[in-house]
Amino acid sequence: MRLDSATLRDLVDERLPRGEVRAIQSAYKDAGRFDAYLALLQERVEWDDPIVLPFGEHLFVVAKPGAAGARYVVKCDCGHEFCEHTENWKLEALIRVRDDAESLREIYPEKMHGDPAWNVLREYFCPGCRTQLEVEAVPPGYPVVHDFVPDLEGFYQEWLGRPLPGATA
Amino acid sequence: MALVDRTRELEALASERRPIGWDGLTAAEMLTESERRFAQTGSYYGLTGELELKSGDPIRYEKLFSRVRGGLVSARETALNISASPIVKEIGELCFALYTPEGDSVALSTGIIVHVHTMSDAIKHMVRNEYEENPGIAPGDVFTNNDAMIGDVHNADVQTMVPIFWEDELVGWAAGVTHEIDIGAKTPGGVPVGPISRFEDGIDLPAKKIGSRDRLWRDHVLAGQKGTRTPMYWTLDERTRLAGCHMVREAVERVILEEGIDTYKRFVREVIEDGRRSFQSRLREMTVPGRYRAPAFIELPFAKEEQLPSYARVDKLFHASVELRITRDAVLELDYDGTSAWGYHSANCTPSSMQGAIWVQLTQTLICNDKVNDGAYFGLRANFPPGTLSNHANPNASTGNAWYFLIPSFMGFIKSLSRSLQARGFVEEVLAPYGLTANAFQGGGVTQYGTPGATTNFGLSCVGGGAKMLLDGLDYGAAMWNPEGDMGDMEMWELIEPFLYLGQRVKPNTAGPGRHRGGSGYECLRLAWKTPFFEMQNLGNGRVFMQSGLWGGYPAACGYRHNVRDTDFFAVVERGDPYPVHEPDPADSALARDVQGRREFDLETTTLPHAMRQGDLYLCMFRGGAGLGDPLERPYEAVMEDLTGDFLLERYAESLYGVVPGNREATEALRARRREERGREAVPVREWMEGERRRLLEGDLIEPIKRMYAESLRLSERWAAEFRGFWDLPDDFDFEVATPEIDLTRQLEAQA
Repeated sequence: MRLDSATLRDLVDERLPRGEVRAIQSAYKDAGRFDAYLALLQERVEWDDPIVLPFGEHLFVVAKPGAAGARYVVKCDCGHEFCEHTENWKLEALIRVRDDAESLREIYPEKMHGDPAWNVLREYFCPGCRTQLEVEAVPPGYPVVHDFVPDLEGFYQEWLGRPLPGATA
Repeated sequence: MALVDRTRELEALASERRPIGWDGLTAAEMLTESERRFAQTGSYYGLTGELELKSGDPIRYEKLFSRVRGGLVSARETALNISASPIVKEIGELCFALYTPEGDSVALSTGIIVHVHTMSDAIKHMVRNEYEENPGIAPGDVFTNNDAMIGDVHNADVQTMVPIFWEDELVGWAAGVTHEIDIGAKTPGGVPVGPISRFEDGIDLPAKKIGSRDRLWRDHVLAGQKGTRTPMYWTLDERTRLAGCHMVREAVERVILEEGIDTYKRFVREVIEDGRRSFQSRLREMTVPGRYRAPAFIELPFAKEEQLPSYARVDKLFHASVELRITRDAVLELDYDGTSAWGYHSANCTPSSMQGAIWVQLTQTLICNDKVNDGAYFGLRANFPPGTLSNHANPNASTGNAWYFLIPSFMGFIKSLSRSLQARGFVEEVLAPYGLTANAFQGGGVTQYGTPGATTNFGLSCVGGGAKMLLDGLDYGAAMWNPEGDMGDMEMWELIEPFLYLGQRVKPNTAGPGRHRGGSGYECLRLAWKTPFFEMQNLGNGRVFMQSGLWGGYPAACGYRHNVRDTDFFAVVERGDPYPVHEPDPADSALARDVQGRREFDLETTTLPHAMRQGDLYLCMFRGGAGLGDPLERPYEAVMEDLTGDFLLERYAESLYGVVPGNREATEALRARRREERGREAVPVREWMEGERRRLLEGDLIEPIKRMYAESLRLSERWAAEFRGFWDLPDDFDFEVATPEIDLTRQLEAQA
């Protein structure tokens, strides 16, 4: 089902009636959705770097011009730039760890927050806007999880059939 | 001598039977040929070009699929009425599927479709092991399986398989599965916690012939009745499966009669290849190639279980090291390298169960509205390393409660796929991790009728679903293994369980918080009734969250145990005092305040069974789903609705969501302060890493975590290199803990 830009905007903003969302879910997917979504997101950010890939809530991979061709950087909608898209942006974030009963009980009632000796909550915030971008629930000592490394080149060149924005020919 | 000679003559006649496969091949030769063609071309049965039937007569092709599918759904809906088990009859824990002669699924009914692929493995096992020659595969024969090493999740999922012949050729298999309420294992129920080896997993049916001339052999029927604590349910479930298979066979025969055998043969090949192509095109349409990671964890604290032998009395933390890769040529790869070792407990998995779980997740995400069959299986590659929980590779290991690892281990699959779906703009499909289908209210003993009995209450098939990007998660209505969550009727459960429901209602704060919260769980408070003893276990996570939400969303809450034995409940009632019916806030519990007795109120949420009797109380808490997005972005109105709907305890509106009930302006100010606090309390990740690294070097971790890391380090060179590299640890860094299961795996590998 091909959505016009107003319908897509309403879908993203959660203004469509449930029945309509259900119909969109059940319909065949629209090949043009990626570009339409990208355009909608681009229109909403206050910076001009072209969005190459949506990267979760608040985050994007954007193209940054460089002398040796474009770099692809993870960027928050507030404008904060983290790192190259192949690196783990969490390593450049702020972290707060809930590893005792007192801090866990701000989120969960007594007896429903597990045992912090076994498992902690790591909250990752954007240094620019302090938005909570990810939470990890892991045992102490677990490496910071690198959630997603997109194959941008493969995606654009082989799946979308066009060069990566900003890529040198 | 004459009699013996006559026997030999009959045997000679039998051995002269022509092969049952197509074109003069045996079924095993057909399977070999199918695999050869796939390996050579990458397409199912070597169908590389245009699908002739589909493109030449698309309407006929679609009608064929609909008729077969209709026959399967109709078989399920009709056959379940034969069963008396609420799990099958009320909840629908059964499904039927149609297979090719080699065992590839063509189409399936609704229901517990995780088993469509496990039954495929079972059929292939029989074909590969030349059952055609011995014990023979003939019209009217009936086969069964519940062996996870062959093709299943655990013993309680019992399969019936019936060959379908046209003239003298095997044209396919009809198969059905039901989940048994009790499987006769060491401890009662269908997901027994007690077994520590497969010899304790209960009724064992490793791909056996159990009937001929469309009837079950009496010796098998009688053996089954002796093998379970619930013989009536067992017998009727078996008839349910057999009747369903026969209905499917009849539907297929009717299709062949009307469409012709050549068309049917062409159809089954094309429809599976169609499914494979459809899956790959869905991957290209909806996902982004790349690498995704989402490890999950769950604890098994058995050090306290004095009944177990010393080698099984261990506290364990399971690590599901989950990596999903989508390749440029649109192949989905799922890799569990780095996962914890198998163990002396019942939560081990086999590749068949893992494949079944992948498959059921795909049917609810990427292939939910097209040709759903084994085509998707041919479009994915999986690595379940031997010796891990995902592939125990030990002929003696128990799988009785395989779901305990299987369910958390696939939370990351959904999460990773959702990252991909959002990146492509399909926001309506995004989903945070689902809830663990627990607690399992399960046990056995003497029922309210004074007779032996057992139960597995499938209220657990209605836990919270994961939050969506556009909506909160489904409240008390989801199970990852069955797309049709249904908790059944309390009245029905009270008929078979010696426990009354004092109350059943939503459990606040079970849902994972977030901009959209996960679906909420619920709870039941049960009163043991008219039973002198009924042994009850507990099953679920209590110490670890398993898997967080997406993009700032928190994990669903952990569970806890609150059971009271030798209570004064009836005295409370006689005094006319109020008695508890639920426990919305464990920090302010009427159950703790108003009823006295021997109390277990703690995080021991996975235990072996212990006896309860009339007047004892059991709180059964069902989990929620994970949240999505920063909780400070949850709309004020949504938090207020959570309060009025009992989904959230009032004090958490402020501490968690930054909402001051009844005051929007104060809410804005509080949320701004919360963000400032984050800035003050948080530190740069690289700075925090220095302290965490020191902690590792000093070994400042509890024993189960050290054991978990040691197992992953010793089982996977790749994982070990990444772990040591990430923390900049010495090349030989390890923890000084024994990992005897890995030692045994090495011995088994050396023998093999």
